[in-house]
Amino acid sequence: MMNATMKKPLMKRLRNWTIALIVLIIYAWAFTGFFKNFELKPTALQAAKAIFAGMSHPDWGYVSQPGGEDLLHALLETFNIAVLGTFISAIVCVPFAFWAARNMNRYRMISSAGKIFLSAIRVFPELIMALLFIKAVGLGAFAGVLALGFHSIGMLGKLFGESIEDMDFSAAEALRACGANKFQTLWFAIVPQVMPQFFSYTLYRFEISVRSAAILGMVGAGGIGAPLIFALNAHRWDRVGVILLGIIVMVSIIDLISGVIRKRLV
Amino acid sequence: MNLAKRRVAKLKLSLIILFFILIIWSASKQTGVSLVELFSNLSNMGALLVQMFPPDWSYFNYVTSAMLETIRMAVLGTTFGGIAAIPFALFASRNIVKTGWIAVPFRFVMNLIRTIPELLLAALFVPIFGIGFVSGIFALAVFSFGVIAKLAYESIEAIDNGPLEAMTAVGANKVQWIFLGVIPQVVAPYMSYFLYCFEINVRAATILGYVGAGGIGLYLSRTLGFLQYDRVMSIILYTFVVVLIIDGLSNRIREKLI
Repeated sequence: MMNATMKKPLMKRLRNWTIALIVLIIYAWAFTGFFKNFELKPTALQAAKAIFAGMSHPDWGYVSQPGGEDLLHALLETFNIAVLGTFISAIVCVPFAFWAARNMNRYRMISSAGKIFLSAIRVFPELIMALLFIKAVGLGAFAGVLALGFHSIGMLGKLFGESIEDMDFSAAEALRACGANKFQTLWFAIVPQVMPQFFSYTLYRFEISVRSAAILGMVGAGGIGAPLIFALNAHRWDRVGVILLGIIVMVSIIDLISGVIRKRLV
Repeated sequence: MNLAKRRVAKLKLSLIILFFILIIWSASKQTGVSLVELFSNLSNMGALLVQMFPPDWSYFNYVTSAMLETIRMAVLGTTFGGIAAIPFALFASRNIVKTGWIAVPFRFVMNLIRTIPELLLAALFVPIFGIGFVSGIFALAVFSFGVIAKLAYESIEAIDNGPLEAMTAVGANKVQWIFLGVIPQVVAPYMSYFLYCFEINVRAATILGYVGAGGIGLYLSRTLGFLQYDRVMSIILYTFVVVLIIDGLSNRIREKLI
């Protein structure tokens, strides 16, 4: 009796110590590597000053230029890439979501395979995806759209699949009991139930896609990334500043609107 | 009455759908979407994919140290960001700092930081800290700071007020109040957000090298530049395995925490 009550805390304490030790080892390893290789460039302070000076005096002339090679056009393109990418993935991911949902497949194996497939898509970096699509359709926004559309399937498929798993089937059963056919049950019982959540997730993904679209241009897949990387490489900090400001403003506005809509949806 | 209401609702819905179609249409027009082009050139992409197989298995060994550096970047970046997030999260919570306007600037900074993508932060830090993993760590730290601080202040605002009131009643000062009343209630969610952010950072760290911020991304951009697609594939596979393992571990710990 005494032994039994003593044993559990001991095991627990042992476990806690092991966890603490593991964490300690990880940090020791991480920090030794950090300090061994840590060195600041002697020009770091100078560079930081130059960057700060440039950013505090943004190149306002770049916002809108007659030729169309300006900030507003690039931002609009970024927005378009995000819209289309999200749109494509929201449609394409639906069958994948059903594949990965546990309650839609008779065997656990099938849904697990679907989940692994979706996480494989999620891990495949967007930038590489963009490079692949650039090979297919050439440099430009279309490659960005395809890359985002493909990559977002991973996340949306996972989220949609989870909301299918959480679904309440009583309405569908009731309809079936009244003699509704498969299409009717799908349309009147399942779709209304999952739709708000689907839209909410799609909007959430859209917020992320806007940020992704902003960097896809770094490899040539359209949007604001390309002028940004040019400005960075040319050390034109005033231009970097104005582009950064543009991205911040656009993302904030989109987040705000999308947040309001999502609150009303769910 | 009811009929009119329904008619308005219907009109609203069709207007929303119309607006939506308009956006999609104009976006596809401006980005030059063309399915014909995609399908006629799909063979190019296929050829590239064929070049990726079989992966160069011997390359795994070669990039292991870069992979470890990537994980190290994620660990340190998340840690620095997570620690910096604690005071910000406390100041941004309206139930901790009772003066209403104090939370506003803190929340503003958090929201501002979260709008900037990580790769962009890395690209900004590379000219300052130089090419290498230090820039990556700082980029990840700034990003993690934004994410963790936001999630943490939301969970601080949701804590149970009972213990806090009890402590005030028996005369605890502000420091005791925070350390003994607030923090014990948010440790578990904080750890969970920390791990969640770590998962994101591992994924992000794998591409930061693309702009020169250290880790395995450097090899990714190098092998892509030399058109060694079999090696690209082995890097992708390696990343996949590592991310899968880390996600799995972190998910299990997070499930236990909550």
